[in-house]
Amino acid sequence: MKKIEIHTFSELIAQGKTPEILFWVGCAGSFDERAKKITKAFANILNQANVSFAVLGSEEGCTGDPAKRAGNEFLFQMQALSNIEVLNGYNVKKIVTTCPHCFNTLKNEYPELGGNYDVMHHTQFLKSLLNEGRLTVSGGAFKGKRITFHDPCYLGRANNVYEAPRQVLEKLDAELSEMKSCKQKGLCCGAGGAQMFKDAEPGDKEINIKRTEEALDTKPEIIASGCPFCNTMLTDGVKNKKEEDNVQVLDIAELINQASDL
Amino acid sequence: MISILPNILFTIIFIFAIFNFSKNVKKIYRNINLGIKEDRSDNKKQRWTQMLRIAFGQSKMIDKPIVGILHVVVYVGFLVINIELLEILVDGFLGTHRVFAPFLGSFYDFLISFFEYFALLVIVAIIFFWSRRNILKINRFWKNEMKGWPKSDANYILYIEVILMMLFLTMNGADLWLQNNANDLNYLKAGAFPVSQFLLPLFDNLSINSVFIIERTAWWLHILGILSFLNYLYYSKHLHILLAFPNTYFANLNSKGRFSNLKSVTSEVKMMMDPSIDPFSAPAAEEVSKFGASDVSDLSWIQLLNAYTCTECGRCTSECPANQTGKKLSPRKIMMDTRDRLEEVSRNIDKNNGEFKPDGKQLLDNYISNEELWACTSCNACVEACPIGIDPLSIIIDMRRYLVMEKSAAPPELNNMMTNIENNGAPWPFNQMDRLNWKNEL
Repeated sequence: MKKIEIHTFSELIAQGKTPEILFWVGCAGSFDERAKKITKAFANILNQANVSFAVLGSEEGCTGDPAKRAGNEFLFQMQALSNIEVLNGYNVKKIVTTCPHCFNTLKNEYPELGGNYDVMHHTQFLKSLLNEGRLTVSGGAFKGKRITFHDPCYLGRANNVYEAPRQVLEKLDAELSEMKSCKQKGLCCGAGGAQMFKDAEPGDKEINIKRTEEALDTKPEIIASGCPFCNTMLTDGVKNKKEEDNVQVLDIAELINQASDL
Repeated sequence: MISILPNILFTIIFIFAIFNFSKNVKKIYRNINLGIKEDRSDNKKQRWTQMLRIAFGQSKMIDKPIVGILHVVVYVGFLVINIELLEILVDGFLGTHRVFAPFLGSFYDFLISFFEYFALLVIVAIIFFWSRRNILKINRFWKNEMKGWPKSDANYILYIEVILMMLFLTMNGADLWLQNNANDLNYLKAGAFPVSQFLLPLFDNLSINSVFIIERTAWWLHILGILSFLNYLYYSKHLHILLAFPNTYFANLNSKGRFSNLKSVTSEVKMMMDPSIDPFSAPAAEEVSKFGASDVSDLSWIQLLNAYTCTECGRCTSECPANQTGKKLSPRKIMMDTRDRLEEVSRNIDKNNGEFKPDGKQLLDNYISNEELWACTSCNACVEACPIGIDPLSIIIDMRRYLVMEKSAAPPELNNMMTNIENNGAPWPFNQMDRLNWKNEL
C-alpha cells in the first residue's frame, strides 16, 4: 500500500506540476468528524489509483450552496466569485467532489458567474476508474451483504445521476435492495435547502426518521449514500431507531476503499 | 318547416360564449404579464419536444399507472369528442342535422361509434375519479388547502363531464330511435351507436314527439353545457386542459438543481469585490425595486403561468418530505395561493380602471407564511412530481430571498450559518486555515 500523499494546488504549481484533477473537499469533508472519514477514504483511493490530483486546502471556501438555498444570493455570489477567482487562477479544468451540494453548485451555478469546469461527483469518478481498470474491487468484504442506496437529492433529482452510484455498488458483489421510494422518487434526508443548519419546523415527525424507516424496511446491513449531509441525517436516524449495532451508514467511497484491491 | 329561429339563437349564444371566453383569456394573458419578464424563446426544438412528450403525450401522468391511464382516457375522449363538436356547431349554425354524414359515409359510422365508446369510457373513468376523491378519500385530496371551493370545484368538474357524456349518449340514443321509428320526421339514417343502442328500450313507451323533444333537448343541453364549461374554466382549476401546453413548452430545461442567478446581485457583488471600480463613476445600475419576491408582481411570468396551470392534483404535496412529516408546507398550496393572490390583484386592477391600487396585502404573510417557506428542503420532489412542469420550489426560493435580503428575517440559526460562511468560509465556526487538517490524521 502506498503512502497517501495530499498536495495542494499551490504546492504543485510551485514545483512546476499541473495536477489533472482538483479534489473539492467541501466544508463537511474538511471539518465534520464523520465526513472527514469519507474524505480520507476517497483521498486514499485517488492515491492508490495513481490519479494526479490536488486540493485547495485553505484556499477553498464554502461554495455558497446553503446561503443560496436559504435565499442569501449576496453571500452566495460573494463565495462563488472568490472561489472562481482561485479556480481560474490555477486554471482548473476538472473537479471531483464528494459532496453533491458542492457538485451541483460548481457544475450548474458557477458557469453563469464565469466558472466553467468539468465537474464530477465522486461516484461518477469512481465508476470511470473502475471501468478503466485503474481501480479493481474484489468485493470480498461486502459479498452477499444487503445494501440499500439512498439517493441524495442534489445528485439524483437535481442532476439526474442515479445509475453511477448503483453501478459502483454492483462491483461489490453485494445484494442491492431498493427502498420503496428511490431514484426520481427518493425521499429527501431532511438536510437540504439549508435545513442541516436549523431545527425543523413543527410537524409530527423528523424527515430523517421517516427516511431511515424506509431504509430499514429493506432490512439492510448497510445504508449507502454519496453525501456527507445525508450520511449525518441517516446515521442519526439509525441511532434514533437503536439499530446502530446492526446497520452501518457508509459512503460509497468508504465501501470502495474497504473493498478495493489496494 | 323548421324555422331558422333556433339557428339565430344558437349563433347568438355561440358568439356570446366565445366573446366571454376570449375576454377571460385576455385577462389571464394580462395577469400573467404582471410578472417579471423572463426569456424562454430559446431551444425551440427541445421545447416542442418537451410539450409533445409531457402535455400531449401525458408521459408523466403514467407515473401512477391506473389513474394515469384513466386520465389518458378522459383526455383522449376530450380530444376526439371535440371532433364531433365541430359537426354539432355546423348543425347549430345552419340548421342541418348530422351534416358530415353524407360526406363521410361508413367512416362516419366508425367515428360515431368511436365517440360512443369513448363517452362510455370517460363515464367509467370519472366514476372512478369521483370515488377516489369522495369515497376512498385519497389523502392528498383532503389536505387543508382543499377545503371549500377547491373541493367543490373538483367535484363540479366531474359532474359536468359525466352529464355532458350522458347527454351525448341520450342524444344519440334518441336519434337512433327516431331514425328507426319516426319515418315522418325524416331522421337521416347515419351513424353507428354501439353504446346508446342500449337506451332504445327507454324510449319505446314514449310518443314520437316526446322522443323528438328528448333528442333536441339533449342536443341543446350538450352544446350549451360545453359552452358553459368553456366559460367556467377561468374560475376553475380546470384551466390545465389548455394551459398545460404552453406551461410545458416554457418549462425549465436546465438541471433542476440549478437555481436562478440574480443578475442585479452580481453587479453589486462585483463592485464590492473589485477595489478598482469607483462606485460613483460606474453607470447607474438598472433600478432594482427589490430582491426576491413578496408579492405576485415580483414573480416571473412563468411562475404566474404555473399558478394558472395548476390543477390541484396534489402529486407535489404528497411527495413533499416536509408535508409528509406533518409540516405546514404544501407545494400545491404555494401554487393555489399564488393564483388566488393574482386573481385578487386582477380584480383590483379591473375595479380601478386598469391601475393597481395598493390594498395593503401581499402574497407573503397574507397567503404564504414564513413557517411554510422555511420548511422546504429544496429537494425538488414537488417539481419532479408535477405532471405538467410546474415549479413551486422557485417561488419558495424567491420568497426566501425577499425574507433574507430585504427583511433580514432568516431563522436565527441560519443567520449564524451565514455569518460563519462570511467570516470563515464554512457554515460552521471553524478556521479556514484548518481546512486541510484532516491530512494530518491520515
